[in-house]
Amino acid sequence: MSVAGPVDVRLLDAGFDPAAVLTAFAAAHPASGGFVSFLGQVRAGDGGAAVEALELRHYTPLTLPAMQALAATVMARWPLDGLLAIHRVGAMAPGDPIVLVAAAARHRRDAFAAADYAMDHLKSESWFWKREKVAGAWRWIEPRAEDFSDLARWG
Amino acid sequence: MALTLAFLGRLEDVAGAATLAVPTLGTIAAIIDSLDPALALALRDPRVKLAVNGVLAGERDDLALQDGDEIAFLPPVSGG
Repeated sequence: MSVAGPVDVRLLDAGFDPAAVLTAFAAAHPASGGFVSFLGQVRAGDGGAAVEALELRHYTPLTLPAMQALAATVMARWPLDGLLAIHRVGAMAPGDPIVLVAAAARHRRDAFAAADYAMDHLKSESWFWKREKVAGAWRWIEPRAEDFSDLARWG
Repeated sequence: MALTLAFLGRLEDVAGAATLAVPTLGTIAAIIDSLDPALALALRDPRVKLAVNGVLAGERDDLALQDGDEIAFLPPVSGG
């Protein structure tokens, strides 16, 4: 999977290999000394309730444009060489990667902060609706209070 | 001629479909009133946001609608 320019934002409806993506991302930014990435995967379950499947729904006119706008905000806020944000949609199984964010910078602190900011905003503000299948029944996931308190850290 | 309504997240379950074609009534309020009462109630949840042709709408009840418009009903997002 090749990397498309300094800002690479994608919605994928099929699985991806995070290690291969990160290798390509690092190769695309030879001037960068630091890379920070976050990988989110489908949890196997909480409190004994095994998650059998997860589905992420999106709304095409809004979801990708909002992710691109977030990426532009992040690029403007920190001196980065590159930013990568890949988000899955569709049906997934426990262990499948859902989201991969990576920031490339000359210095690590900018990369840490940029990836952290991007994830907090992706989690709380992106146009995704998630449902889980537990014990054979689908249920929609409500927003978590922590997602909003995480967001408030950035002022 | 018609409008398309798009239902995201749990609203799709309430509506029984991801999209629904409805006659072009003048306002969002009139369209919601014409729907099944349980669906109308869910769509009137103040947390449900609205987009018209992919653009988030502010004042929802007095938007001027035209044939071919797509109105999306967006419940709170659940995080990626």
